[in-house]
Amino acid sequence: MKPFAYTRAASAAEAVDTASRPGVAILAGGTELLNWMRIGVSEPHEVVDIGHLPLGAEIRLDGDVVHVGPLTKLNDVAAHELVGDRFPVLRQAIHKSASAQLRNLATIGGNPLQSTRCPYFRSETVTACNKRRPGSGCAARHGIADNHAIFGWTDDCVAVQPSDPATALVALDSTVVTADQNGGRRIAMRDLHALPGEDPTVHHVLRPGEVIVEIEISGAARASAYVKVRERESYEYALVSAAVALDLDGDLITRARIAVGSVAMKPWRLERAERSLAGMRIGSPEMGESVRAAFAEARPLPDSEYKLPLAQNAVLRAIEEAARP
Amino acid sequence: VHEPDLITDSDDTPLAGSPSVTSRLPSTASVELSINGDAVNADVDTRLTLLDFLRERAHLTGTKKGCNRGECGTCTVLVDGRRVNACMILITALAGRRVTTIEGLATNGRLHPVQEAFIDHDAFQCGFCTPGQIMSAVGCINEGHTADPAEIREWMSGNLCRCSAYPQIVAAVRAAAEALS
Repeated sequence: MKPFAYTRAASAAEAVDTASRPGVAILAGGTELLNWMRIGVSEPHEVVDIGHLPLGAEIRLDGDVVHVGPLTKLNDVAAHELVGDRFPVLRQAIHKSASAQLRNLATIGGNPLQSTRCPYFRSETVTACNKRRPGSGCAARHGIADNHAIFGWTDDCVAVQPSDPATALVALDSTVVTADQNGGRRIAMRDLHALPGEDPTVHHVLRPGEVIVEIEISGAARASAYVKVRERESYEYALVSAAVALDLDGDLITRARIAVGSVAMKPWRLERAERSLAGMRIGSPEMGESVRAAFAEARPLPDSEYKLPLAQNAVLRAIEEAARP
Repeated sequence: VHEPDLITDSDDTPLAGSPSVTSRLPSTASVELSINGDAVNADVDTRLTLLDFLRERAHLTGTKKGCNRGECGTCTVLVDGRRVNACMILITALAGRRVTTIEGLATNGRLHPVQEAFIDHDAFQCGFCTPGQIMSAVGCINEGHTADPAEIREWMSGNLCRCSAYPQIVAAVRAAAEALS
């Protein structure tokens, strides 16, 4: 780790001002930033701490919108009755996202901003990685890529975004509200992350100094579930995951929302399946065909071909679990 | 074996996205916090983690350094009563907070019920992960995630044991949860 000055922001506005300067990193939960500084992904000369700001402590219902403070610890989001009652998929995704200790540190606003777990990106030695050193290439494209993309990759980057909570939040059509020097904006969670075709050097669309000040989730998704497939039962990154939120009339699907995790640099909405599933009955034989057809545009790498059937089955299982009364 | 995080690497070449701007702000800070009930006031390098502070400055070496990146859980301590990885926290961020380590669990020379349960159930072999397992178990029991062995395994999965004493650890956590209820 290289030396840095540590400052505490007195307000979100002060954090925005400080973090808009070059070489300043924002510290929230710290579970990514400290590791980034250790391996040289981030080498700020100043760290501005926002962890103590009152941006987080609250989850509240306003009309039919649940407002989640971005500095709320993951475990506190999952334990909140509004989340447990309305969004089981988010609660499950959080519980499967990390160890209990890390979930007491990491925040719901910071978690979706985590970086890829691609071993070339995380390498402590110099490797070709456009996200570490723009223009250096992608060592994973013809290297070890067994937990890499099946959707949306280019020759410049074949990595995946690993966040479980982000996958659930994309299925829930949530919105991120930000503050920056121009005031701020609203970003649909499904547009927060950047595909390599848009820019292979970045993970997300937030600009320097832009701070998440709220996450909004509308309505309720009581028939929802998160299925995470990994190499061991607990405390591991996903090979694939599926977040499903259904509107049901008995066993008839009236609306389906599906996001697949760890298959692209953003949680991947299966819009084609969402359209064809509406009007089908849970357990009907055409459901499987509908989900499989939604993967027609997938382009697995030689090492990630196994993800195709895994993801299809994870989605089908999540639909079953979401529909279970 | 990991050196303290304030050891810099020898390659000073700035990486992409790392402006070669140097700050005029100091890279040291003063911090006041409570460790095991004692008020602590220290001037520190801002890079110092809670883990390195405990081991190198406070000489509380019960908290162990395993992976130093939040994966193994052997550095688990309580901050304001909640279990966290000490390797993932800058000491400067803990101003005014209350830290409890394995050295702070016993009261008046009497072991904490979780410590007793780990002895009674032979819940360790080499012992390196044990302080983290015990601190994590205290947190797990406080949180109420000890209904059955499966729930204990899931909520204790952030603590790795290379001797694989897991069955005994689960038994110890279960017994301690009952003793404390």
